[in-house]
Amino acid sequence: MFDLTGKKALVTGATGGLGGAIARVLHAQGASVALSGTRVEALDALAAELGERVAVTPCNLSDKDSVEALVPAAEEKLGGLDILVNNAGVTRDNLFMRLKDEDWDSVIAVNLTAAFRLSRAAVKTMMRRRHGRIISIGSIVGVTGNPGQGNYAASKAGLIGMSKALAAEVASRNITVNVVAPGFIESPMTQALNEKQREGILSDVPMGRLGAGADVAAAVAYLASDEAAYVTGQTLHVNGGMTMI
Amino acid sequence: MSDVAERVKKIVIEHLGVEPEKVVEGANFIEDLGADSLDTVELVMAFEEEFGVEIPDDAAETIVTVGDAVKFLSKSA
Repeated sequence: MFDLTGKKALVTGATGGLGGAIARVLHAQGASVALSGTRVEALDALAAELGERVAVTPCNLSDKDSVEALVPAAEEKLGGLDILVNNAGVTRDNLFMRLKDEDWDSVIAVNLTAAFRLSRAAVKTMMRRRHGRIISIGSIVGVTGNPGQGNYAASKAGLIGMSKALAAEVASRNITVNVVAPGFIESPMTQALNEKQREGILSDVPMGRLGAGADVAAAVAYLASDEAAYVTGQTLHVNGGMTMI
Repeated sequence: MSDVAERVKKIVIEHLGVEPEKVVEGANFIEDLGADSLDTVELVMAFEEEFGVEIPDDAAETIVTVGDAVKFLSKSA
């Protein structure tokens, strides 16, 4: 089950905790993986750890030209593209009244517009191959909202709507488009929380723990697999039961 | 048959997987050759690639038969 041998995957934000976990799991399932991110050294380190079947494709997702060049670069290095994981994301949190245009624009640019451009490029090659998997990493806050994250929540909700529209368009070509929506996951961001904040969060999670990157990565591996061929336009929530929708 | 027509025909046969004899000038991509809307977008993209031209959306909408494609690409290529 969930064997990805011979499949070619591109993961954005691969230097982050979550992106690294996703790249590792796809690779462990047998896929060749192109690692994208801005920090070349960190990408190289992850590539060295994975060893074979790996390519490094740096990209600045705020830059249109850099984004447009990414899918062709990954295709060239891997010899095709079966799986695109739009994982990279940024936050610029502030209360709505204090949210600046730049905070809005930069979060939408990286989290949503780059995912749009990458998906558009990927779907072209996937159409020809009559097979493909596009998986975007959303967030529980894209469904529930969260104070201080108007821009981030909008970008993540945007990914869900975009994925549903694209899923409907390309289903006949055996291309599935889905979202994995994590809840609270162990990361540098959640490690920065103090004990009281942490307790507050955990009291909302029936599972009683924060999620691990591997929990999210397993959901991505499932959606990337042949076994998930009939699942499209969906949002798979990985949140320890925090929100049941 | 012109060079452009030959190239167009080849692309249509490849993309739609239809019998070569069906790909005549008057053949309508959707009605006669079984294309759906995604196929027509793919065809336009393949024409763009083959002939190194950009086909704007409003022009693409007027290309509904094999002959339309040949006519458009003969003018612009």
